[in-house]
Amino acid sequence: MEVAYKPASLEEALNIVEERNAIPLAGGTDLMVHRRSWSGLPPRFEHPVVFIGHLDALIGIELEDGILSIGAANTLTSILEHREIPPLLRASIRQIAGPAIRNRATIGGNICNASPAADTLPAFYVLGAEAVLVSTAGTRVVPIEKFIEGPGKTCLRRGELLSRIRVPADRHDIWFFRKVGTRAAYSCSKLSLAAVAHTEKGLAAEVRLALGSIAPTVIRSREAEAFMRAKTAGEIDTHLPRILEYYDSLIDPIDDQRSSAAYRRDASLRLVRYFIRNILLPHIEGTM
Amino acid sequence: MTIEFTLNGKKVAIHTNPLRRLLDVLRDDFHLTGVKEGCGEGECGACSVLVDGMLSNSCIVPVGTLQGTDVLTIEGFRGTERYRVLEEAFAEAGSVQCGFCTPGFIMAAEALLRTNPEPGEDEIREAISGNLCRCTGYHMIVEGITRASRRGAALWK
Repeated sequence: MEVAYKPASLEEALNIVEERNAIPLAGGTDLMVHRRSWSGLPPRFEHPVVFIGHLDALIGIELEDGILSIGAANTLTSILEHREIPPLLRASIRQIAGPAIRNRATIGGNICNASPAADTLPAFYVLGAEAVLVSTAGTRVVPIEKFIEGPGKTCLRRGELLSRIRVPADRHDIWFFRKVGTRAAYSCSKLSLAAVAHTEKGLAAEVRLALGSIAPTVIRSREAEAFMRAKTAGEIDTHLPRILEYYDSLIDPIDDQRSSAAYRRDASLRLVRYFIRNILLPHIEGTM
Repeated sequence: MTIEFTLNGKKVAIHTNPLRRLLDVLRDDFHLTGVKEGCGEGECGACSVLVDGMLSNSCIVPVGTLQGTDVLTIEGFRGTERYRVLEEAFAEAGSVQCGFCTPGFIMAAEALLRTNPEPGEDEIREAISGNLCRCTGYHMIVEGITRASRRGAALWK
């Protein structure tokens, strides 16, 4: 049996994934580390590998009807170089690892690893991204928050590949991204926050906020977002403790080598408060 | 799997396990030992090479993904005038102490200067952010790359 396949087309790749339960490898920047063996020996994979990073059907970025469709095998560098990428997504990608990793790591890999600390996921949550899944049986489209089911777990079924990630190319009045880590390059995040907002006539028209690395999956509080909608800066400020409680109830962090649960809870709530007080509220007041 | 690619300007073909790391293929099969293994997990940059001009960590690149690509290692780069300028600038600035990380830093510098011949300090620091050096404290390496860019700017334009 082959240890790895290099299909000539997406169709061929889908057949291999289905028949052999093969592990798709695009950039390999995570897989090669997690499956590494002794120095000088090939990595050990539990199933055959199917290379997919070269498949044209998975590469390219197109803007159609206000939706940006990003091929899953696009490298992070190729996405950074594209003009139409929303600034929030760009900011989250720019802080991933270093240039050599971004040159090979793909956006599909960052999503499909489903790491609670994945840097692009909070941005995809607030941008309202959708995952396009393909198999020999056809295509289905799943919202990102449904696609991610838990740490390392996605709704991908046997035989399915993530082919594209679709992101509405809306302009936002405000976008904000902050990653808290140990050093500027290469650190896995202790926690991260991504937010976008629309404001008009002295009101918060829409606020979307997502926190990463502080629960098994990225979290968004629909209650807090609904509560802020159509409120004035004064109203939001008055009820800030209540808004923070919504987030506090969803935060479910762990202690690990990067940080402690207590720090993550405290720092993420402070970050939410900072975003609302120092970014959102002054902006709302500026639109009056 | 048979994999054909260009290595340091020459066409090569190897028949091997496609999951082998490019690092091992370069060192063991082609005896290009300027490519160093540091961390083995893509964090230190000692194994940096250029693949189609893009800086890559050869320790996490499966060789099976390289069909038709152009791979450049420090051995292929050292014959160029740009290398000579970088070498001289590194020597003058004290950018090299033990030397283990140096091939990786040179390749990172080349990758930067190819797209940005006159980088600012922040851009240099960003470009070498994936390369670790435990001797110099980086300041001298930034200085070396700055000197090279001033002296050899025309070479990279």
